[in-house]
Amino acid sequence: MSGESPARRAFRQFFRHWLAVFGLAVVVAFALAAVLAPWVAPYDPLQTSWSLVRKAPSAAHWFGTDENGRDVLARVIYGARASLMAGVVAVSLAGLIGVPLGLLAGLAGGWVETIISRVADAMLAVPFLILAIALAAFLGPALENAMLAIAITASPVFARLARGMALEAKNTDWAEAARAMGNPPWRLALLHVLPNIIPPLMVQATLSIAEAIIAEASLSFLGLGQQPPSPSWGSMLNSAQRFLTQAPWMAIYPGLAIFLVVLAFNLVGDGLRDALDPRSQKR
Amino acid sequence: MGFWLLRRLGQIIPTLLILSVLIFALQQLMPGDPALILAGEERGDPAVLAQIRAELFLDRPIWEQYGRWLWRVLHGDLGFSWRIREPVATLILQKLPVTLQLGGMAFVIACCIGIPLGVLSAVYKGRWPDVLVNAVALAGISTPNFWLGIMLILLVSVHLGWLPPSGYVPLSEDVWQSLATTIMPAFVLGNAISAVLMRHTRAAMLNALSQDYVRTARAKGLGERVVVLKHALRNALVPVVTLGAIELGRLLAGAVLTEQIFTIPGFGKLIVDAVFNRDYPVVQGVVMVVAVVTVLLALVADILYLLVNPRLRHA
Repeated sequence: MSGESPARRAFRQFFRHWLAVFGLAVVVAFALAAVLAPWVAPYDPLQTSWSLVRKAPSAAHWFGTDENGRDVLARVIYGARASLMAGVVAVSLAGLIGVPLGLLAGLAGGWVETIISRVADAMLAVPFLILAIALAAFLGPALENAMLAIAITASPVFARLARGMALEAKNTDWAEAARAMGNPPWRLALLHVLPNIIPPLMVQATLSIAEAIIAEASLSFLGLGQQPPSPSWGSMLNSAQRFLTQAPWMAIYPGLAIFLVVLAFNLVGDGLRDALDPRSQKR
Repeated sequence: MGFWLLRRLGQIIPTLLILSVLIFALQQLMPGDPALILAGEERGDPAVLAQIRAELFLDRPIWEQYGRWLWRVLHGDLGFSWRIREPVATLILQKLPVTLQLGGMAFVIACCIGIPLGVLSAVYKGRWPDVLVNAVALAGISTPNFWLGIMLILLVSVHLGWLPPSGYVPLSEDVWQSLATTIMPAFVLGNAISAVLMRHTRAAMLNALSQDYVRTARAKGLGERVVVLKHALRNALVPVVTLGAIELGRLLAGAVLTEQIFTIPGFGKLIVDAVFNRDYPVVQGVVMVVAVVTVLLALVADILYLLVNPRLRHA
């Protein structure tokens, strides 16, 4: 065997996958656009102008203008903030809720495990978007509430994953050895189980971000996410629908942005899975 | 098998009970006092508020409210819509046929796209058709449903003028008109599932093609077409069909946005309108029904799997 570390091998495998690299490049580009929006965007995304209402794409306005004369390109760039933030924050929160509960369920066993798994199963029984819509509706329309709703909805997947890995780890020889040396269960969870489940968690998190971004766009489309006039791709599509015949560019570009970002996260997720999970390397 | 079925049913009951607690708990997240919303103009009158609270048992302890709510739900009473002033169960039953038609068509479309593409991709594993099909599937999964719907309206209705952009004609009124108004939304709905079905089919076909009976069939000198379509596909379809049944739950979720875009008066439009109108009993009722349907679909999928796979029947 070569002396290459697992992390280095994973890194090399990931970059051999040119599609995953392409995905990563797209994600980085959108993240940069979101962070640097004030410098990158050609106009103020909230600046309305009556003389520029629904103008077709031109040299001055590459993506055209919307029903209030606002620059669509600027709004797409600023909209990346809402989408990426919703994706990353919601999934981080989902992991923070789900992983500890899953570890607890897997390591504690007994009725603790039964309750946690049953609640996770029940939540997974409701289709993702329906649960997110219901939660967001009851929490009230705001981007923060939409993110919270998506986080809660996405958390059982993480709990289930963490529980499965904890169960698997509990019965290994090294866990037995760690227990025999007098390590308390929480130490076992933090120092021994958690590092082992990080690779599958990273894969799940990346794929979940893709799902969360679609969910945020859907909620914003329904008026349950980012509130106007702040730009978000979902709410832009909502207003675009009313002017489909007169101003199709209002609908094309925000949707294209969602598609590209979601595709990119899915590509990165697939690439990560191939790189990190030795079992899935069939190709 | 009977014993297995009983145990499987036994697993469902706690799941449904926990779901009922979660869905009841949604109410508690609600900002503001429901009595204030219901009172409308008379919200200043404490007597009216007290009366509403007493009528809805809002003045009772929370566990008693839950008990009463669950008792009514078990009897098919999902409460009253705050806006339309009709029983939620009636509203849902009215809208259900529309969504079922849409979902059924979507499922057929998804199978027609997903299964052949999955077979193609498995047969040509690693070669360009496989790569192409996988790319199409990935693009399908990454496309937001509602955007695809808007783009289709733009192309098919606005530019080509082939189909109406929105509206709905019931099947009972005019079959052709009904199909014309639902084919686009059904395609949009089916698109997301076809990608999933394609992946399942590909995996199942790869598995089937590596089995001994396929080698035997080839050794007998049967044509590749017969081997693939008759011997391998028939066996591969078993897991695909059962997994497909679970995907039907996803159809219901997809219907929410799709119906909104094509203004089809189904289940999804019901929940969206309810969300806009802050008609919480309807939201709750729809979520409850969708959850129960999804849990039952998973059960049906398990039973189907058992029925079509005799090897598991005695396991």
